[in-house]
Amino acid sequence: MLKRTKGEKIFAVFNTLFLTGMLIATLYPCLYVLFASISDPVELYSGSKILLCPRGFNLTNYAHVLKNSMLWIGYRNTIFYTVAGTLLNVSLTIVAAYCLSRRGLPGKNFILMAIVFTMYFSGGMIPTYLVVKNLHLLDKFAALILPGAINTSNFIIMLSFFRGLPGELEEAAKIDGANNYLILIQVMIPLSKACIAVIALYYAVEHWNSYMPGLLYINNMRKYPLQLVLREILLEGSAQQNGVVSIDDADAVAETIKYATMVVSTVPMLCVYPFIQRYFVKGVMIGAIKG
Amino acid sequence: MKKIGSELSGTVQTAMPKSKLKLLREYHEIYIMLIPVVLYYILFKYMPMVGNVIAFQDYSITRGIFESEFVGLKHFSTFLKDVYFWRLLRNTLMLNLWSLVLEFPSAIIMALLLNEVRCLAFKKTVQTVTYMPHFISSVIIAGMVLDFVSNDGLINSVINRFGLETVPFITDPKYFRGIYTISGIWQSVGWNSIIYISALSAIDAGLYEAAAIDGASRWRQTFHITLPGLLPTIAIMLIMRIGSMMTTGYEKIILLYNPTTYETADVISTYVYRQGIRGAQYSYSAAIGVFNSVINFILLVFANWFSKRTNGSGLF
Repeated sequence: MLKRTKGEKIFAVFNTLFLTGMLIATLYPCLYVLFASISDPVELYSGSKILLCPRGFNLTNYAHVLKNSMLWIGYRNTIFYTVAGTLLNVSLTIVAAYCLSRRGLPGKNFILMAIVFTMYFSGGMIPTYLVVKNLHLLDKFAALILPGAINTSNFIIMLSFFRGLPGELEEAAKIDGANNYLILIQVMIPLSKACIAVIALYYAVEHWNSYMPGLLYINNMRKYPLQLVLREILLEGSAQQNGVVSIDDADAVAETIKYATMVVSTVPMLCVYPFIQRYFVKGVMIGAIKG
Repeated sequence: MKKIGSELSGTVQTAMPKSKLKLLREYHEIYIMLIPVVLYYILFKYMPMVGNVIAFQDYSITRGIFESEFVGLKHFSTFLKDVYFWRLLRNTLMLNLWSLVLEFPSAIIMALLLNEVRCLAFKKTVQTVTYMPHFISSVIIAGMVLDFVSNDGLINSVINRFGLETVPFITDPKYFRGIYTISGIWQSVGWNSIIYISALSAIDAGLYEAAAIDGASRWRQTFHITLPGLLPTIAIMLIMRIGSMMTTGYEKIILLYNPTTYETADVISTYVYRQGIRGAQYSYSAAIGVFNSVINFILLVFANWFSKRTNGSGLF
């Protein structure tokens, strides 16, 4: 490596400073929510809202949140949607990708074209809503699982992975007398565990964080996914509150409950995030190269 | 044993043309497995596309798609005369333009800056932390944003600290685009930089060495090696971004806006949502959706044409 010039050194210093700034700008809002959630509600609202550490210490916010039955219903529903949805997503995506990665399958190109076409053209919100409605799926658990059963970009990631596997393995299995089902289950799936893990994570995170299908298709509050429950707690009436100048104690508690709710609902995701991050990055790379 | 024989003959014969029956026998399991997949795409992707005919009808739930009366372009002309038409079009384009001008380059700059970092541990830390907001749901992000910019929130506390008046960020339409774009950058800059970082790592290191030997400064290397190396990726990402211009972001807008900020925040997709789902005006909102898709398609084709003309690479 050549010696760095003075200009490069100055740049390096500024670059490090700037990126450290980015680091703080990303972390601070999250820490702020955490600090506010364990602060004392009344103290928090008596002074300015600039927090560098928790103000007072009070866990009653969390006690209130944990007593909120809606939140638990949302949690339960979302766990169900995520598990059932991801299982369906992954199995359908694997099947689709396996079938359409077979060499020489008559009609393959037509089906592939028809699938890729849907990435650029979609029916739109209202006609899709009407299809769901006419299938009598409104307010059913299936409404949050079936309409998004295959994500076409995940399908393409899986497809390109299958295409990259050596064809000899499959030929050998065929000679041993395996039919296509057996080849898929005993040869292809064990070989593609890493890729399956990536798309499973993609689907799971999508289910966990999605709120739009719930907003469109679910009216029954007992079937609300977590994100819709959160929307009710965090956002409803936020505009009205803005006219309020002074906040009494009850309101202060209500406000800090919001912070505790944010923490409670995001912690599971942030706990697994460090472990799944590199799989995600891998997925972006595969998608980028093939896409 | 018999089965193995037939499979074997199937593989031996590959050089010769096969009869339809033979092909069907060889692939019948594949076709059986494809049934649910094809069914899914027909039901949830192609049926809605066909369902757009209701944009040209006075659709009623009871009469269905086949019995409803055709009214031609009535709903389209109603939309063009809608009092909110220009506001919706302007907001849709402006919000996307803001994010195109500010959010889109921010990821490229982020990748370029990260690329210059020598300390690997620092680089990894910055990456891990800035990817994180991508995993937080939009509902939580909207909740945080609205809390920070509220009248007694963090931002206004800072403003007050400097002795300035409280700014009504949430209710004043003036600030919506800024709030939307800045929170968008916060949420996506790290994640969107991944693709550029991987493109950067694919640039041949020999080019830099050669340039350094020729006495090119880092600046010149950035301009003559790094940026040209990134250009194809940037072009593709830009086309894809423009191609989704009319539909992106409305999920976040629904969470962030409120009637007082419709003036700058209401976009075509959110209007479709309110008219169609809340107001049950299916035909009218489907027509608006079709209008939106047409504009989107024109933008996509235009972006692709422009990219092909200027740097030779396009999406199709």
